[in-house]
Amino acid sequence: MDRAPSTLDRREAVAALLEDRGDTLVVSGLGSTTYDCNAAGDHPANFYLWGAMGGAAMLGLGLALAQPARPVWVITGDGEQLMGLGALATVAVRNPSNLRIVVIDNSHYAETGLQKSHTAYGVDLCAVARGCGFKQVFETSDLAGVRALRQSLRASGQGPMLGVVRVKPENPPRSLPSRDAVYLKNRFRAHLGLPQG
Amino acid sequence: MSPSPTTTSRDWPSDVYRALRAADVRQMSYVPDAGHAALIKLFADDPAVASVPLTTEEEGIALAAGAWLGGQRAVLLMQSSGVGNCINLLSLAAIGRFPLLTLVTMRGEWAEFNPWQMPMSRATQPALEAMGVRVYRADSPDEVADVVSAGAAMAFDADQQVAVLLSQRMLGRKVW
Repeated sequence: MDRAPSTLDRREAVAALLEDRGDTLVVSGLGSTTYDCNAAGDHPANFYLWGAMGGAAMLGLGLALAQPARPVWVITGDGEQLMGLGALATVAVRNPSNLRIVVIDNSHYAETGLQKSHTAYGVDLCAVARGCGFKQVFETSDLAGVRALRQSLRASGQGPMLGVVRVKPENPPRSLPSRDAVYLKNRFRAHLGLPQG
Repeated sequence: MSPSPTTTSRDWPSDVYRALRAADVRQMSYVPDAGHAALIKLFADDPAVASVPLTTEEEGIALAAGAWLGGQRAVLLMQSSGVGNCINLLSLAAIGRFPLLTLVTMRGEWAEFNPWQMPMSRATQPALEAMGVRVYRADSPDEVADVVSAGAAMAFDADQQVAVLLSQRMLGRKVW
């Protein structure tokens, strides 16, 4: 089952999601979503993954448990989340009300030559999240919908939320943040007023 | 002092629990193992520590990094078979110099019944070391808490990635 492709520009979508982000802590998944988050504006409260594929949602869970008063948004791709599907179950079991997972779903592996991912064949991440126990799950494929999604994700919730933003399968010019994870870690902890190394 | 050959009267899981609490561990993630059962129960009863059941062990590597980013310390409990699941995610701990403390119950090294445990048992320590993890072993109930405490200091004070292997001989024979 193939779905009609979205025409939404991923950079516009992520920029809209992160507009007036306030005190939100952001974790980006390996690949295009790391570039998208950097393109939307580098920030000390961004932790960019350049590896550890499948780990973004779990990194967000550890952060959300440690910082329950701060909103934590994981912004990742469909391929990255598919590699860590079990994490959706683990997140739902812990049920952190400050965690949001946003999957920027182009249904392809943009980094490696735009091969189709499982979502292109009909795997439904929203249904997976619901099945795991997420009570609030959203999907959109246009900019107005992204803005509405932003408001939904900013509202206080009883548990984690998941949003799927379907975007155009393309490979926009790279926007590269630092690849130095120690620097990014220490910058992030300094932002939270924590001691560094 | 020679290690007890099978089970022990010493309540070493409570010793380990106290050592981890003294190290200010606030998140405990796990894939269950019989050897960890008592420790999992002790943490489940402790509202000051978030217990996080995992679907697969590598989730705990990312969880620990996120915890540290947010100012908390985590420990990951797994069986030796789970080490293989963690290998690529250990990149995160290594390249970010994220503290990592994992307690690994060993299978496949002492009176093992299940041959399927053997390959990963042999590979456990080399795989960890190949990814830059410092490996300690605890062979006797009297030393476990001390080894865990030292490992916690190496992890959380010196930004090391540390695994403490709990020997199958110490854990006792699995009853089939």
